[in-house]
Amino acid sequence: MTAIPVLAAPARGVTQARVVRSEWTKFWTVRSTRWSLLVATVLTIGFPILASVIISSHWGSQSPHDRATFNPLDPALIGSQIAQLAIGVLGVLVVSGEYSTGMIRATLTAVPKRLPVLWAKAGVFGAVTFALMLPSVLIAFFASQSILSRHDASYSWHHAGVARAVIGAVLYLVVVAVLTVGIGAVFRSTAGGIATFAAIFFVLPPIMNVLPSSWNSAISPYLPSEAGRAVIQLTHDSGTLAPWTGFGLFALYAAIALAAGAVVLKVRDA
Amino acid sequence: MIAAHLLTKDYGDKRAVDGLTFEVQPGIVTGFLGPNGSGKSTTMRLVLGLDRPTAGEVTVNGKPYAEHDAPLREVGALLEARSVHTGRSARNHLRALAQTHGIARARVQELIDLVGLHDVAGKRAGKFSLGMGQRLGIATALLGDPATVMLDEPVNGLDPEGIQWIRALLRGLAAEGRTVFVSSHLMSEMSMTADHLIVIGRGRLIADTSVRAFVAAASKDLVRVRTPDASALLEAIARLDGSVRVEPDGTFEVAGVGAEEIGRAAAAQGIVLFELTPHEASLEEAFMEITRGELEYSHEEVVA
Repeated sequence: MTAIPVLAAPARGVTQARVVRSEWTKFWTVRSTRWSLLVATVLTIGFPILASVIISSHWGSQSPHDRATFNPLDPALIGSQIAQLAIGVLGVLVVSGEYSTGMIRATLTAVPKRLPVLWAKAGVFGAVTFALMLPSVLIAFFASQSILSRHDASYSWHHAGVARAVIGAVLYLVVVAVLTVGIGAVFRSTAGGIATFAAIFFVLPPIMNVLPSSWNSAISPYLPSEAGRAVIQLTHDSGTLAPWTGFGLFALYAAIALAAGAVVLKVRDA
Repeated sequence: MIAAHLLTKDYGDKRAVDGLTFEVQPGIVTGFLGPNGSGKSTTMRLVLGLDRPTAGEVTVNGKPYAEHDAPLREVGALLEARSVHTGRSARNHLRALAQTHGIARARVQELIDLVGLHDVAGKRAGKFSLGMGQRLGIATALLGDPATVMLDEPVNGLDPEGIQWIRALLRGLAAEGRTVFVSSHLMSEMSMTADHLIVIGRGRLIADTSVRAFVAAASKDLVRVRTPDASALLEAIARLDGSVRVEPDGTFEVAGVGAEEIGRAAAAQGIVLFELTPHEASLEEAFMEITRGELEYSHEEVVA
């Protein structure tokens, strides 16, 4: 058999929708996806339940001051804050994995206009993050609050700002997903991408604490992670941005990272 | 059809492709020949738009590759460097690429069967042998039923059976009227499959000619002669103004005199000949002759 079988229906043109379908398939057919998302889900739900059980069992020995300043949202959303590590690493890998294996050459041969690939990767991963993290964070919230409710130390969904903070925690992770896809496209290597992600989210904030406090309070609120967290916090003081202002700035950072990734993807040789 | 016009590519201060102009025609197998490092792979990457030319341009069926609506219908390519995610199965790899062009799932299975990967299509591509990887790459290239098939060193890593299969496949594709452009650094491989040759060295075009003309141009009139009567024959050839090189095994390589003349002279003087063979250069030798000095690293440079 030497002649190649003729296509029953000839190949059709490349469209953004078809590239999305392709990226959807790619996303789910490597192991790193399932592992990272499993870890993110377990952390998001597991930590709040664990934390609430511990807090609840030690409630009697807490000082009145501790009880008075206790914020029931802290344990509810602690898991989603840790899960950003898994989401961010996966976001970098979604792009850098193609470069490290050489897959990028096949991808860009199929889609030589290139940019639809980046939009599809960010869109697919952002949507999956939302779809998976929305129920996870809701479960974490209601489970933790029901554990804490026996001490009358819980928030109801209708408490002022609670719904915004809980949904905000989900949206924060979606922005992390898009931002790290952008970082992956800029650096094209797993090591460089993850190091940059870790530097922005986990190194920069503590460094601010050793700066003179006037600098710290002038700069810190505008750091990506701090700006993004504004939407998750229940109370805001002069040192934090307003919830949606902060979130908007965070989303802007993600848009800049994605745009930078788009420029690199378009301009550099693959 | 592929058309390159003054195609040039620099990497830093190193010129990988230097003003290449050529056309690759449909219906025949065109061999793309050159030593390792001569710019063949770079040229193919430029055709696909993976790298951007420093100067000049290359088009596929009249347009730059990236401007086609359905690029995989225009060119199917196998690159020398691996282009597969090691963690994804062969089937899912092909499915994902097919989806970019709305190609049906049945087509993926068809190609898996065609290249003989049905037993391993569910395995991760990272576990594939070199030969299996090449077969997957060829399936990828054929996915869009392309008018042009461009393969970079396709026989690398294939077993003899696989090599036979590739040769038949290339000829079959050309017979269907497709443009077939296949690179190799092995002349012997080209002589088995190619009708036409584009030969490059150090990024520059050396020859753009039929295989037959390429060999003829490089052939020198050499005659192999074996005799038990060496001194008498040497004298006879000297009288005919020929030159002789004596091989280690005692065979003469005679230049400047035809086989007929040597035979007559030997008969006239009663010299016994065991062998008298006019010699036509092989494609391999033709290549060495024509690219001499164009090799990326000649022996002198290596020694120096």
